[in-house]
Amino acid sequence: MKPGTKLKSTVCNTEVMVIRGSGLVAECGGAPMAEETPAEKGSVAAAFAEGTQMGKRYVDDEGTVELLCVKPGEGSLSIDGKALHIKDAKPLPSSD
Amino acid sequence: MNIFLILQMAADTDPERIGLVCDGRRWSYGALLNAAKGAAELFVESGCTHVALLDESSEAAPIALFGAALAGIPYVPLNYRLADADLGALLDRISPAYVIGDVDRTQRLSKGHTCKTRSDFVAAAESASAGATGEEREGEGIAAQIFTSGTTAAPKAALLRHANLMGYILGTVEFCSAAEDDAQLVCVPPYHIAGISALLSSIYAMRRMVLLPAFEPDTWLRLASEERVTNAFLVPTMLARIILRMDEGVETDLSSLQAVAYGGGRMPPELIERALALFPQTGFTNAYGLTETSSTIALLGPEDHRAAHNSNDPAVRARLGSVGKPVPTVELEIRDDEGRPLPPGDRGEIYVRGEQVSGEYRERSALDAEGWFPTRDAGWLDDEGYLFLAGRADDVIVRGGENISPGEIEDVLATHPAIADSAAIGAPSVEWGETVAIAVVIRPGHKTPGDDELRTLIKDRLRSSRVPEHIAVVEELPYNEMGKLLRREIRKLFQE
Repeated sequence: MKPGTKLKSTVCNTEVMVIRGSGLVAECGGAPMAEETPAEKGSVAAAFAEGTQMGKRYVDDEGTVELLCVKPGEGSLSIDGKALHIKDAKPLPSSD
Repeated sequence: MNIFLILQMAADTDPERIGLVCDGRRWSYGALLNAAKGAAELFVESGCTHVALLDESSEAAPIALFGAALAGIPYVPLNYRLADADLGALLDRISPAYVIGDVDRTQRLSKGHTCKTRSDFVAAAESASAGATGEEREGEGIAAQIFTSGTTAAPKAALLRHANLMGYILGTVEFCSAAEDDAQLVCVPPYHIAGISALLSSIYAMRRMVLLPAFEPDTWLRLASEERVTNAFLVPTMLARIILRMDEGVETDLSSLQAVAYGGGRMPPELIERALALFPQTGFTNAYGLTETSSTIALLGPEDHRAAHNSNDPAVRARLGSVGKPVPTVELEIRDDEGRPLPPGDRGEIYVRGEQVSGEYRERSALDAEGWFPTRDAGWLDDEGYLFLAGRADDVIVRGGENISPGEIEDVLATHPAIADSAAIGAPSVEWGETVAIAVVIRPGHKTPGDDELRTLIKDRLRSSRVPEHIAVVEELPYNEMGKLLRREIRKLFQE
């Protein structure tokens, strides 16, 4: 993956766009994500079933990867088996 | 990355929700998405290299912006106020374009374009949506091309890439953060960066936009009340005209108004103080940005406004005149003429870096080797990192080798009860190279102060080098429609 790549879950409806991070394999519901929708969807692993939320950004602890959820689903995101978490950004006042 | 995603996400989340109100017609996110997909087909079929909008604000602006994004073609909103010769030159530079809006003028001034009126374009886009593929074309990666106003030379074509605009939106707006009833009153012209950022931010926040194509205070007040507007962006002159009409007794209900952002020109301290007192429930945000930075790079938020308004500490009070702190995704430095970073308190040129910072023109990039963009704006930071603007770097008056910021002189003049507005510029001088000249506007009902009185005022507060050699009393100062003071016009007063 690289910034701008769109990735789809192979086990649920989740889709993300890569904001930051290159050369890593993002997973959803415990299974590697792909650029194309698979012919047959697998099942969501119980350990990665918290779901994804539309428009939220998901990051790792190291700050090396950031994924924007553009379609929500039942699986949750991880890299190398380590769960990603929602980036909590201090909301800015609207300036436009 | 493509900004089309912004509209796609809003439409996926709630296709029926109303995203735009213009001339009484209400557009859902789903309807805007379909029209944008149809528009992309029209643009690709036409073989154009640019999509231009030569029109006031309407639904055609977002349909063209997102349609062009999907088609991988730069969107070029043009300033319809330009004189024929200037506009013709710009149209020639983007030929062959798909031009939406003023068909007669386009055909009279330039050749080789596909031209459609607003209503013909919107109707064609809607009917083309049925067979539209929605396929995303990459193109050059340029989302928008905006011609700068070109005060000294030919206008430059500033390029904003999809990555710049997405960087700005992702860094400053939370997706779908607006409540379903929220509404944003948009009255900035579409050819200005604020017109583009208003579309992107509102759609990403899923905040309904109410378009007011030509600003007029009574209509603004009526729409704000009828549409229960919660958010608005104004330039200082617009705010002044709204307050004037309210003082004159125009009936309005602004109880829904939660937030007002302003920018584009210098806000007179007495005007913002007045607004804070008049709208105690409204949060005010001062936004500072440039075309080349995809809009806002620093902002002074509502809490800072109230803290400054209510403080007795002069340093805190002064922040009402600042543009706040840089947004978290932008790095900002003040540098001297040699490009060395300056400490707090020292005036210099503002440099910025970040994903939203393009600094790129069709002709060349203005970024340095480390990716920093020299804004040509002068400014300084206070001890807590609040940014104060001190005019354009080009506006600095150089008198006998001494740099004088027009703002320091204007700030002193503003303290005189009879002075409603003022501008300081450098007038040609045989002795000094440049010398200070001021143009002042007298407040109605006040006597014009004598030249000596104004000179003494400045001499007592600043150094003697700041004392104006020339003083002109004028009816009003020249501003453009975004509230930006046109110093070049004032310089003409002192040419002879």
